[in-house]
Amino acid sequence: MNAAGPRTQSVRRAVVTLAAAAAVYEIIARSGVFPAALVPTLPAVAHTLWRMLLDGTMLTHAFHTVYRMIFGLALAIVVGLPLGILMARFRAVEQFFLPLVSVLMPIPSLAWVPVFILWFGLGNTTTILVVFYAATFPMVLNAWTGVRSVNPLWLRAAGAMGAKGRDLFWKVIVPGASPFIITGVRQAFLRSFVAVVGAEIIAASAWGLGWVIFDAKEFLNTDVMLASLAVIGCIGFAFERLVFGSLERATILRWGMVRAAKS
Amino acid sequence: MPDHVATANGRAPTPGTLAALWASERWRAVVRTAFPFLVVAGLWEFVARLGIFPPRLFPPLEEVADTLVRLTAEGILPHHAVETVGRLLAGFVLAAVVGVVIGIAMGRSRRAEDIFLPLVSIGAPVPGLAYAPLFLLWFGLGNVGAILLVGFVSAFPIIINSWTGVKAVKEVWVRAAQSMGADDQRLFRKVILPGALPYILTGLRLGLAQAWRILVGVEMLAAVPWGLGWMIFGAREFLNTDVMLAGIVVIGAIGLALEKLVFQRLEQYTVVRWGMMTS
Repeated sequence: MNAAGPRTQSVRRAVVTLAAAAAVYEIIARSGVFPAALVPTLPAVAHTLWRMLLDGTMLTHAFHTVYRMIFGLALAIVVGLPLGILMARFRAVEQFFLPLVSVLMPIPSLAWVPVFILWFGLGNTTTILVVFYAATFPMVLNAWTGVRSVNPLWLRAAGAMGAKGRDLFWKVIVPGASPFIITGVRQAFLRSFVAVVGAEIIAASAWGLGWVIFDAKEFLNTDVMLASLAVIGCIGFAFERLVFGSLERATILRWGMVRAAKS
Repeated sequence: MPDHVATANGRAPTPGTLAALWASERWRAVVRTAFPFLVVAGLWEFVARLGIFPPRLFPPLEEVADTLVRLTAEGILPHHAVETVGRLLAGFVLAAVVGVVIGIAMGRSRRAEDIFLPLVSIGAPVPGLAYAPLFLLWFGLGNVGAILLVGFVSAFPIIINSWTGVKAVKEVWVRAAQSMGADDQRLFRKVILPGALPYILTGLRLGLAQAWRILVGVEMLAAVPWGLGWMIFGAREFLNTDVMLAGIVVIGAIGLALEKLVFQRLEQYTVVRWGMMTS
């Protein structure tokens, strides 16, 4: 009861803020100071969005973007997760890969786009590889840190109760490292989202939300750009809240590894 | 060289010389770190010389090294690098000033929080480069658009972390300081700011990393006359893969230097020294 008061007030203020921001934008757009092609009115943007949703182009663009991102991210998880775990468990693996990882990591994935274009041509391969490059490092580093930070007491307790190899790994180490691993997947997702849009913009292929934004620039279709930005924002928001939120609830919250943040 | 001699002497019947032991230990660490790079370089060289791929697309390493040295000596590469770092710093400073101010305001005042939080949570999940065409259209090609975009994108983690940091300052510290008679200004300078600083520094670090990741892509799009991103992108037209790889080497070196020299130092001098964090 007590929490409801300030909370509804916050929601109300948030709505007011957004409405005010929209109104300011609308006034600027209608004032005619800037050309209408550069600052389209909000109804125009909404209309474009609706039109592109109806004729299916927006969905096709979104589908291509999400497909490339998921593919690259899955590849990064398949490679990065075992590598990180192996690095934490075996010293030789760590000594071999850690220097490589720490040198490659500070190179932004987008710097590879021109090279990959030359090597693999425009299209899906380049984009997926850039996503893979962007997403692998957070995955490796978090899996590595997570396995190393499993409480040694748990390992010894499980060992004293007779857990061996496989059981120890699946029942103690993996759940113990899971908060880090999920953080890793989350970071990897954020990176791959940035990478997929960037790669689509630079390595212009035929479809994809990044490409449509860049293509719209050529024809000064600012309404198309803003509509695509809205869709990109929705996709990011949906993944962040729905996918990872429920993933967290289904695993580490349920296992009691972390507490839900107090709101 | 003296290290080397010491190692060699260490094997002679003067054991217990700590210097020799230390030198051999260090020597081993160097070899251990160098080993993976040698393996990768060897593989690269092998594939390059095999001739499966055209050498223009997959140049051997000495060609890349040659290009790196040549471009550095001619001053082309340093010029590109200086422009890139300048743009990075301009955008980042903009983001740091605006981001910390907004973030702290959001942490301190409920009204500011209600105003900015919806805007931040809508703007933050959109990948930075998606704004690029819009910014270039609004602010023109070149430096202004690029710097504003870098600043805009890297401001988000700074805002979010500063806001969290101020909120995470322990209530007990604030009340203790108040009961000892600290006025608002002193409370802010001596309690809230140091208390929030670990978060703010994390935010600055994330912001700089974000700025760095975006900048290279922005330079490819913004048609700036100089800059490493532009250099790599331009080299594609002429199939100069060696120039691209040399550019990537420099980009990696700058990224590594930012991380190791700037932020780890900064952390050592401030929050670690104040005992807010262990290194």
